[in-house]
Amino acid sequence: MFELLGIPPQALFGQLLLGLINGSFYALLSLGLAVIFGLLNIINFSHGAQYMMGAFVAWMGLTWLGIPYWGALVIVPLVVGTTGVVIERLMISKLYHLDHLYGLLLTFGLALIIQGLFRNGFGVSGLPYSIPSQLSGGTNLGFMFLPNYRAWVVVASLIVCFGTWFAIERTRLGAYLRAATENPTLVGAFGINVPRMITLTYGFGVALAAFAGVLAAPIYSVNPNMGADLIIVVFAVVVIGGMGSILGAILTGFGLGIVEGLTKVFYPEASSVAIFVIMAIVLLFKPAGLFGRTA
Amino acid sequence: MSVTTETTYSSAADAMPIGTPRHHIIIFAGLLVLLLIAPFVLYPVFIMKILCFALFASALNLLLGFGGLLSFGHAAFFGSASYVTAHAAKVWGLTPEVAILLGTIAAAFLGLVIGALAIRRQGIYFAMVTLAFAQMVFFFALQSPFTGGEDGIQAVPRGDLFGVIPLSNDMTLYFVVLAIVFGGLLAIYRIIHSPFGQVLKAIRDNEPRSISLGYKVNRYKLAVFVMSATLAGMAGSTKALVFQLASLTDVYWTMSGEVVLMTLLGGMGTIFGPFVGAAVIVTMQNYFASFGAWVTILQGTIFVVSVLLFREGIIGVLSRWLKKPL
Repeated sequence: MFELLGIPPQALFGQLLLGLINGSFYALLSLGLAVIFGLLNIINFSHGAQYMMGAFVAWMGLTWLGIPYWGALVIVPLVVGTTGVVIERLMISKLYHLDHLYGLLLTFGLALIIQGLFRNGFGVSGLPYSIPSQLSGGTNLGFMFLPNYRAWVVVASLIVCFGTWFAIERTRLGAYLRAATENPTLVGAFGINVPRMITLTYGFGVALAAFAGVLAAPIYSVNPNMGADLIIVVFAVVVIGGMGSILGAILTGFGLGIVEGLTKVFYPEASSVAIFVIMAIVLLFKPAGLFGRTA
Repeated sequence: MSVTTETTYSSAADAMPIGTPRHHIIIFAGLLVLLLIAPFVLYPVFIMKILCFALFASALNLLLGFGGLLSFGHAAFFGSASYVTAHAAKVWGLTPEVAILLGTIAAAFLGLVIGALAIRRQGIYFAMVTLAFAQMVFFFALQSPFTGGEDGIQAVPRGDLFGVIPLSNDMTLYFVVLAIVFGGLLAIYRIIHSPFGQVLKAIRDNEPRSISLGYKVNRYKLAVFVMSATLAGMAGSTKALVFQLASLTDVYWTMSGEVVLMTLLGGMGTIFGPFVGAAVIVTMQNYFASFGAWVTILQGTIFVVSVLLFREGIIGVLSRWLKKPL
């Protein structure tokens, strides 16, 4: 086998895969943030907490009700998405006439409450969630060993990201959504129930976070803090990509995951700050973000 | 989505005249008298903690309440100043006033770098950018050798002020801290009521109009960001000496959230609000410390309730009732 700059290919591909998996989560989460921001104009700070909720609800379903992984993949986003709908109706909907900052502050408070409740109930040590039997083991690709579950995470994330993009950019419902983003009053005048659309959009964004949480449950240990630091990295991803475009959010998410993985190979000390450094550079040269529209 | 947005800065505070109203002088004087008596009644370290956070929250309020810029990364300045001061006092053996000065300068410099980048984005992005940079500072503190990683820098010597007055006594230290914090609060008051402060408020309320009036908006934003970072650093440096500790808690995002909460609860854009907010939150943390995660839940709840029902904050409401800017 070849060697690249003295790095054995196993290490290189291993980190690339890891980067791709992190990228899958960045993409799913920043996509949810972008969808919510597009219509509601708020940054959903509780996104990380809702991702954590997804993992926990999957764990509860398996442990208490015996709902298997595949069931959880469908049910958990629905359950957590419903809590999102309730939150939007009871709280966020009261803030639309105010400065966007209040939405950020409110969802930050909600994130603290959710995290605190789960920390109270389950401690911080983390709970195990086993990989479903169909996806255990791995495949030898010749140049590296590919664990099946990790391959599935990347594929599932790609499918959901593409599906969301398709639904928003290529369907009639998506067209309403994009129209409401541009001019909610006018869309309302055409007889479309905009407030309900806003509520469901928030629920959908939250469901995406929960879906990512279920995907993450078998890889990372399920613990109350799993979303807290992740969401800050996702914020940086969103700043780099700009929230103007759905496809932009997806591409930036995957791309930055891979860049981060490569940093781990070539300069491991910098891997945790790589994305923030890229953010600084993007702010210097393209302040609106790679795919953003200038506000 | 083009909706008209409004931010609830205390409206009474906006009508503030440029001169110093008499009731402000009375409140400052009353506060000073209260704080001079307080250590003889209450535990001095507890009040010093309130004082440090009052300065920290007031520094954030200068940026948020008067500049209209929400920084979600102020822990970066508070924490890094705290580390620099602790390192200077412990490893280099410098006197406390020099250590505090170095910490404050470090925070100012960091504020200049982060601020210059962050002001390139507005509104909600500004908050995310500052948060992300603060997380970068956190990772730096976690990994670099001089911060002591998870342990932080412990047993920082308080030293002798100017090399002559020992600060190991809580009472002596208290009056030094009081002087620093009160000086900081007066400086913020002066900044707010200067012509510079008036331009800031104009930018906060209508940025395009300020630009069209010929103000170099970005310079003002950067200037107030650096001032705010400097004062937050001063608070962090002082805190490092009071608790003889600089740790990762000081640079973590929860700290940034706490100081935003103090400002919001006390009243954004008021003069005395952050002080009151800091006192309430620190007292709460003190009494609920044994309840673990309930403190987090309670803080989250205060956030939610403040945003939904109580956007003017304690002092904001008081100010409206009394029809006087506070």
